[in-house]
Amino acid sequence: MGTLHSEEMILNVGPQHPSTHGVFRLVVTIDGERIVAADPVIGYLHRGTEKLAESLQYTQIIPYTDRLDYVAAMLNNYALVHTVEYAMDLEIPERAEYLRVIVMELNRVASHLMFIGAYLLDLGAMSPFLYVFQERELIVQLFNEICGARLTYNYMRVGGVRADAPPGWLAKVRAFLPHMREKLKMYDALISGNEIFLNRVKGMGVITQEEAISYSLSGVNLRSTGLRFDLRKNRPYGIYGKFDFDVVTGENGDCFDRYWCRFQEMEQSLNIVEQALESIPDGPALGKVPKLIRIPVGEYYTSIEGARGELGVYIVSDGKDKPYRMKLRRPSFVNLQILPKLLVGQSMSNLIAILGAVDIVLGEVDA
Amino acid sequence: MFSWQTQPLTGFNFIGMVIGAVVVLALLLLIVMYLIFFLRKVVAWMQNRIGPNRVGPWGLFQSMADVLKLLLKEDIVPENADRALFMIAPIIAFVPAFMVLAVIPYTATHIFTAGLNIGVLYYIALSSITILGIVLGGWASNNKYSLVGGLRSAAQMISYEIPLGMSVLGVVMLAGTLNLTTIVQQQATDRFGWYIIPQIIGFVVFMIAAIAELNQTPFDLPEAESELVAGYFTEYTGFRFAFFMLTEFVYLFAISALATTLFLGGWLGPWLPSWLWFAIKTSAVIFFMFWVRASMPRIRTDLLMGLAWKVLIPVALFNILLTGLLSLLL
Repeated sequence: MGTLHSEEMILNVGPQHPSTHGVFRLVVTIDGERIVAADPVIGYLHRGTEKLAESLQYTQIIPYTDRLDYVAAMLNNYALVHTVEYAMDLEIPERAEYLRVIVMELNRVASHLMFIGAYLLDLGAMSPFLYVFQERELIVQLFNEICGARLTYNYMRVGGVRADAPPGWLAKVRAFLPHMREKLKMYDALISGNEIFLNRVKGMGVITQEEAISYSLSGVNLRSTGLRFDLRKNRPYGIYGKFDFDVVTGENGDCFDRYWCRFQEMEQSLNIVEQALESIPDGPALGKVPKLIRIPVGEYYTSIEGARGELGVYIVSDGKDKPYRMKLRRPSFVNLQILPKLLVGQSMSNLIAILGAVDIVLGEVDA
Repeated sequence: MFSWQTQPLTGFNFIGMVIGAVVVLALLLLIVMYLIFFLRKVVAWMQNRIGPNRVGPWGLFQSMADVLKLLLKEDIVPENADRALFMIAPIIAFVPAFMVLAVIPYTATHIFTAGLNIGVLYYIALSSITILGIVLGGWASNNKYSLVGGLRSAAQMISYEIPLGMSVLGVVMLAGTLNLTTIVQQQATDRFGWYIIPQIIGFVVFMIAAIAELNQTPFDLPEAESELVAGYFTEYTGFRFAFFMLTEFVYLFAISALATTLFLGGWLGPWLPSWLWFAIKTSAVIFFMFWVRASMPRIRTDLLMGLAWKVLIPVALFNILLTGLLSLLL
């Protein structure tokens, strides 16, 4: 008998695969069930947002940002208007800043909830996915009341927010907080200690701190390696300096730490919302801004801590009402770059566990 | 007690046997159909959903509608598939699933089922034939997902068959027989009561191995949707797909019935008729499996084999030793 002939197999995962969170395609070369190489193919959702922005006035760009990271659109809204405001050196009314913080942190909670649900679904547990959607629904309802949309909010404006909170809205948010905290405890009890879950995520897809920095990772992917880096703390924007919250970090940089950081970040976000609700002042929700928004000639970049990492907007202005060039630093896109490195040597069933923990949103990857 | 095996094969008896078999088969097909409904309702309830409620009163006809739909679907055979194997695989998987049901004692007066003297062995032997159908289906589809799914199934089901068989041995030692009917009768007079009490270790091993055998969550790797799309039946459509689906649910029922028979005293119980007791206990086991299904993520592939070979088999062996010692000493 001759030697057993075996060869590598190319497996095409996606773009219509149930667990690629959208239209992500991954060409993996496998040897048995072991991954030899992984090659991400992106662009299936490319809409040319950056190019489109060049022919739009700044206010008109805001709804386009909704479509980037559609799980956390409030943060995208803010990233854009924040850069424009920074470029124009605008004064923002206090109340608007507080409203922004409240909706952004709620959106962060909604986004992380979505991650936990989708991640557990990837790992084969269906129930958490349906549970978290109940809480997310409450947040989405709150957003619906304040801005009239459930997913694409278009709520932020240069100089403030589109509308003040309707009467009773803040009380509803206040009532939501204890409910959410209780539910978080329940999810923690259901998921975090599950032996099967821990087996699948502990020590899986480890990123070292050096790797994280050299791949320019940000957000939870970076913090899970133990580095205390959160733009809300390290480079406070808006009124984040006023709030007292912890930056959650992991220790091992594995999938579990990424899960656990997001879990605890939700609690921190709820703390921020609580503090904001306590001290929100009265006043206008939209400051005085010129009818036609023009940015002085120059290059401007600001970034915020998005739900998935450093979300930055870089604007080159030639003094007109439209950007000459706009570049979006999309954290999902940057974080995705480490995926092939994480996957090599793993078995096929860990592919989904690792991809899920990086937590990409394809609208943001492809822009 | 009456049993078909002891009867001479006359024309009258033959007709009796055929009628019995057809009645059991039809009844079980109905039960299995409602098992799917039961699963969807139970899981929906646990996930705060409503579940099927459109077809018929309380959605009771949903499963029938599903089966009808599958019957009417086009039967697609992929161009590059191995045609003959592809067509025959679901049947190979399906037939043993129904054959094992012949030995389950549903009632105290069981006319319709076979009181085989080697009932336990018969069940375990036949249920492993299904693996052939699954591997063939995965292989013949000529699809990478199917192939990986089929191979995973083979590895998993063969591995877990061993602890399953071993966990049953404790019961067999206590009862001193492989006949499922006699095992139930022994439990009526046993000093410990039902065998779940003296055989609690065996029961735990049996349940874990059973869930793995059924490819149920947390052992649903062969059809891991998030990784393998649909596993070995990815390429199957229409009624061939339904065959695989039915196989799964028939086994779900069969193994729950086996657990009831071996550990929970089968039809035994006061006041109520024996068949009702059997139905209640089997439903409880099935409900438990659905409960596990709704609350667990999927186990990691490389730990799957370790669990079978390094944990379950030693524990099952220890249980056999313990049972032997106890029956010697007590």
